[in-house]
Amino acid sequence: MSEANVIYPYLRLSGLEPLVIRPESNFVNVGERTNITGSKKFARLIRENKYEEALAVARQQVENGAQILDVNMDDALLDGEKAMTHFLNLIQSEPDIAKIPIMIDSSKFSIIQAGLKCVQGKCIVNSISLKEGEDKFIEQAIICRSFGAAVVVMAFDEKGQADTRKRKVEISNRAYDILTKQLDFDPQDIIFDLNIFAIATGLEEHNNYAVDFIEATREVKAMHPLVKISGGVSNLSFSFRGNEPLREAMHSVFLYYAIAAGMSMGIVNAGQLVIYDDIEPGLRQLCEDVILNLNNENNEATEKLLAAAESVKGKVKEEKKDESWRLTSVEERLKHALIHGITEYIEADTEEARLHYDKPLEVIEGPLMAGMNVVGDLFGSGKMFLPQVVKSARVMKKSVAVLTPFIEQEKIDNYNRRVAASSTGTATEEKGNAKILLATVKGDVHDIGKNIVGVVLGCNGYDIVDLGVMVPVDKILETALRENADIIGLSGLITPSLDEMVYVAREMKRRNMNLPLMIGGATTSRLHTAIRIAPEYEHGVVHVLDASRSVTVAGSLLNDILKKPFLENIGTEYSKLKSDFANKKSGKQLLTYAESKANKIKIDWKKFEPVQPAFLGVKIFDSVPLQEIAEFIDWQPFFIAWEMHGKFPQLLSDEVIGEAATRLFADAKALLKKIIDEKWLTPRGVIGIWPANATADDTVSVAATEADGLPEPLEFLRQQSKKATGQSNISLADFIAPADSGKTDYIGAFSVTIEGIEKHITRFMEDLDDYNKIILQALADRLAEAFAEWLHRKVRMEYWGYEKTEQLTNEQLIREEYTGIRPAPGYPACPDHTEKYKLFHLLGGEKTTGITLTESLAMYPASSVSGWYFANPESKYFGIGKISRDQVEDYASRKNMEIAEVERWLRPVLDYEA
Amino acid sequence: MSNIKSALESRILIIDGAMGTMIQRYKLEEGDYRGERFKDWASDVKGNNDLLSITRPDIIRAIHLEYLDAGADIIETNTFSSTAIAQADYNMQSLAYELNVASAKVARQAIEEFSSTKTNTVNGQRSSSKFQPPTANRQPSTVNQKFVAGAIGPMNKTLSLSPDVNNPGFRSVSFDEVSDAYYEQVSGLVDGGVDLLLIETIFDTLNAKAAIYAIKKYFRDTKKESLPIMISGTITDASGRTLSGQTLEAFYTSVAHAKPLSVGLNCALGAAEMRPHIAELSKIASCFTSAYPNAGLPNSMGLYEEEPEETAHFLEEWAKQGFVNIVGGCCGTTPDHIRHIAERVKKFPPRKLPVMEMVA
Repeated sequence: MSEANVIYPYLRLSGLEPLVIRPESNFVNVGERTNITGSKKFARLIRENKYEEALAVARQQVENGAQILDVNMDDALLDGEKAMTHFLNLIQSEPDIAKIPIMIDSSKFSIIQAGLKCVQGKCIVNSISLKEGEDKFIEQAIICRSFGAAVVVMAFDEKGQADTRKRKVEISNRAYDILTKQLDFDPQDIIFDLNIFAIATGLEEHNNYAVDFIEATREVKAMHPLVKISGGVSNLSFSFRGNEPLREAMHSVFLYYAIAAGMSMGIVNAGQLVIYDDIEPGLRQLCEDVILNLNNENNEATEKLLAAAESVKGKVKEEKKDESWRLTSVEERLKHALIHGITEYIEADTEEARLHYDKPLEVIEGPLMAGMNVVGDLFGSGKMFLPQVVKSARVMKKSVAVLTPFIEQEKIDNYNRRVAASSTGTATEEKGNAKILLATVKGDVHDIGKNIVGVVLGCNGYDIVDLGVMVPVDKILETALRENADIIGLSGLITPSLDEMVYVAREMKRRNMNLPLMIGGATTSRLHTAIRIAPEYEHGVVHVLDASRSVTVAGSLLNDILKKPFLENIGTEYSKLKSDFANKKSGKQLLTYAESKANKIKIDWKKFEPVQPAFLGVKIFDSVPLQEIAEFIDWQPFFIAWEMHGKFPQLLSDEVIGEAATRLFADAKALLKKIIDEKWLTPRGVIGIWPANATADDTVSVAATEADGLPEPLEFLRQQSKKATGQSNISLADFIAPADSGKTDYIGAFSVTIEGIEKHITRFMEDLDDYNKIILQALADRLAEAFAEWLHRKVRMEYWGYEKTEQLTNEQLIREEYTGIRPAPGYPACPDHTEKYKLFHLLGGEKTTGITLTESLAMYPASSVSGWYFANPESKYFGIGKISRDQVEDYASRKNMEIAEVERWLRPVLDYEA
Repeated sequence: MSNIKSALESRILIIDGAMGTMIQRYKLEEGDYRGERFKDWASDVKGNNDLLSITRPDIIRAIHLEYLDAGADIIETNTFSSTAIAQADYNMQSLAYELNVASAKVARQAIEEFSSTKTNTVNGQRSSSKFQPPTANRQPSTVNQKFVAGAIGPMNKTLSLSPDVNNPGFRSVSFDEVSDAYYEQVSGLVDGGVDLLLIETIFDTLNAKAAIYAIKKYFRDTKKESLPIMISGTITDASGRTLSGQTLEAFYTSVAHAKPLSVGLNCALGAAEMRPHIAELSKIASCFTSAYPNAGLPNSMGLYEEEPEETAHFLEEWAKQGFVNIVGGCCGTTPDHIRHIAERVKKFPPRKLPVMEMVA
């Protein structure tokens, strides 16, 4: 009889064969290529229903040494549950694949459950987390347990993804206690994914991410020795996408330290890991500094690695750069250059083509148009994205620029010849391309969207007449007649521009014009167009949602056959919108203004002690380094400007737009670096903080000094919608202590602007480089916003100083997790643009702020931000919603304005026809 | 649970032998299966052995009694095919719950009858020499408590294999259907009063996982105290794998989350062929182990010929090696086999549970 065995608490998994992960086991490789979100090839095979070939991908993973197979079917276009079920069922019939355990990977638990129902072995679920709270976590853990699966628990809770060592450890401990104490999980069946985030992004708060991971790993393993630590390693080097050699070196160095700290498994492309000792020592040292965040004051280590990255990348790129297209015919080369946006050879190629063809115009009508047609098709079918199209347009423009002098010369020659040949000759003007006139309306200075529309339409063969910004109606309409335009397109970003567009439509009618009008821009909408603009003009008013749609709209408007039914359709649609809106409105219930005031936010002012600001008066910031500001950039809106929607930075790895987005991001960062290094732009900011008290429900009196010009009281608007019990009808004035509280409270204001963009815009335009022009404009906007963020933080921590110990990441700032708010006049919490006069007056006007206000109260330069500062901890962002006439009347009398005038400015928030 | 655990710690328990083999001896005809209640049933029911718990409970009770008399500590309910899915062969899916309740009750009754007989025949030939009332909390080793194990069979449809060779992704049944059917079976068995739940003859681990899933869910839903789970897999060939392709260790790993009372092997192999596998299992299983092989391999006529003495001889050696905690017989084994096995293994202490290290 033998002695009893000893059984150790190892993580034991199984496919057809067991996999036991012992302490002495090597790092466990989880095969990642059968992951739709990570492998384009696999994604394509699944989408095309080529499961046989998809199985081959899985088989190859096993052959290459994957010990666990990660299967992920997360794809918006797929029925993930069905795909997961089918693929896993097929795997069961392939013993050479099914022998290893499966990791069922999905962000949707229903897909995980579908997978669990197909696998006989003991698998791993990737992942569950406390993201949606304990109840959901427990529910999902019980299900995983019922199937016997081990679980990957993401360090993610109700507050978000853990980025610091402390949070990673806290969340892991909490999850561990729930799993092992409330449920019957074996500790060895728990795998913590402690979140590997991208480092060396240029943002200092990211620099310690790898250290946070490694230290958290060490700590969690020390507390719970039986658990496993895992992570998606490739995230680490995200900022070096495209530079595989460097990424591999970084992964290898990272794993060297992470494994030593206790990391035991990870999703990696095992075949691609370089051996730690094989990394060139200099590079290894740089990687180590960046990963361990050593010698990294002021991003020094990051900068060094970035510099090295160029050389590492350069080497490889040179080897890989495919120049074979240079060997093809000149037509093919032009086409290739257009599709891929390559300007490098375009002038020489164009010249070659010109000599090759009889007439220079034939080059445009032949190979160039053929190339642009391909671009248009690819764009139309969603295979190319806006930034790429704009790059293609840049190539096109450069090529046309080469040809233009010859075309002009030819015209003159022809004319002279005709005149010489026959004095009676009727020189019929040949009909050229359709012409579209674009303008940002009077009072508005924003034109990024309009520029993009111009480029896209230009790419599609239209001649574009771009009148720029702040264009008065006379100039728009007169130019349209003189240039014989076929369509007028209006753009605007701020709400007063809507009225200006209505005015343009009215004028077109008065002048008996008959060309169609396209409406676009951030503030416009289909509804507004239907209700306000379309009824003013009968020859076609069409709202265009974004640049991509502008092509089809223009196409329909300029097609003799399509135009009539298209406009009739739009007409029906808009009438319906209009009547629906009218019907809906009558049902809406608002409180009276008096009732709303009675339901204001009740702050116990007796208990509240306003923080005495460290600084009172006005202060100018004109020497903040751009570099410092750039760290506060919120990139997501930058991509939205390019019509690339999605969360940043996830959109960079998006299956569809990821590649194009990554390239755009790289180009933007390169330009940003240039802007910073060569000081193209100058940020200028002003803040002011003054004693203030609420002197009526919605009035705040500011005790500015004589020097500040003794301003009128500030007037605010109040929500009037019916609220649930316990919810207040908010006005910004609620956040300022009333005079009768006996306490002095404070209010602040700020403005920021980015100066100096004009000459660079001009240069890019001269260089026919719309691509960089638009990037520059979008970056300037981002920098203005980032500067506002930077300044607000400075104010919170220093100048007002009510939040001295704040430690928020950029993500948290973007999510507005700070105390206090900075609402801008003209935006939802205080929609009246005219309060901007008071704001700028308080700050010292154009002289200090460097900003001029247009008649529509747009700020110029366009990349400007302004707003109020409220410090009260209760203060928050909100929208006013709709307001009724009683409030408008009261507001008008408080502001000493005509009711009609107030109604004009507040039209978007009025609950009634005015 | 504590009763059977303490019993398993003190001795090797005996599980009964084949039910089908015993039923065959009665040479029943269609009419016997139908009884009065199903005389007009639309389809043939001969061969639906589980139905006999309703139509001929006397026979089933008699077989249980024979095994108890032979020394079995655990008797299995006559429910190998009592799921809606398996009963569909006879169009009797609607009877699934009732079959399980009935079979559990018959087994329960058999044990009561056995205990009371023992009470009355203190000097009976093979009975325990001392009387203890069956309700006593502590029972001396000489009068042992008997247990009813609710038998949960593998079904005739499988979740890991496609019945269509040209369409390997196809499945004739879904996990939800299988686990629902098992859930119904478990509720019948528990309502009928079983002490244990025995998932047996597992040739597709995914079906067994569906049974485990159903059991866990049943006890979560009803908030009843969970019954111990016994798990018994089937190695179908000399390569040492299940029909669905798993090695023994992979199989064990896949079902370990049930935290079973015991894990073991039954069916398909005779004791001679099963030995290396049970030897391996005894090393890797952290719970008790069970083994109930067939009476050898079937001959060309499909009959099992291994003599009770032979089977007992193999199992005696396993007991001696400390491989097992529960032994008995499967296809082809009879009360005689069980009697011999019980006699042979009783002198050996049970396999010791492995030491569970708390640190890796």
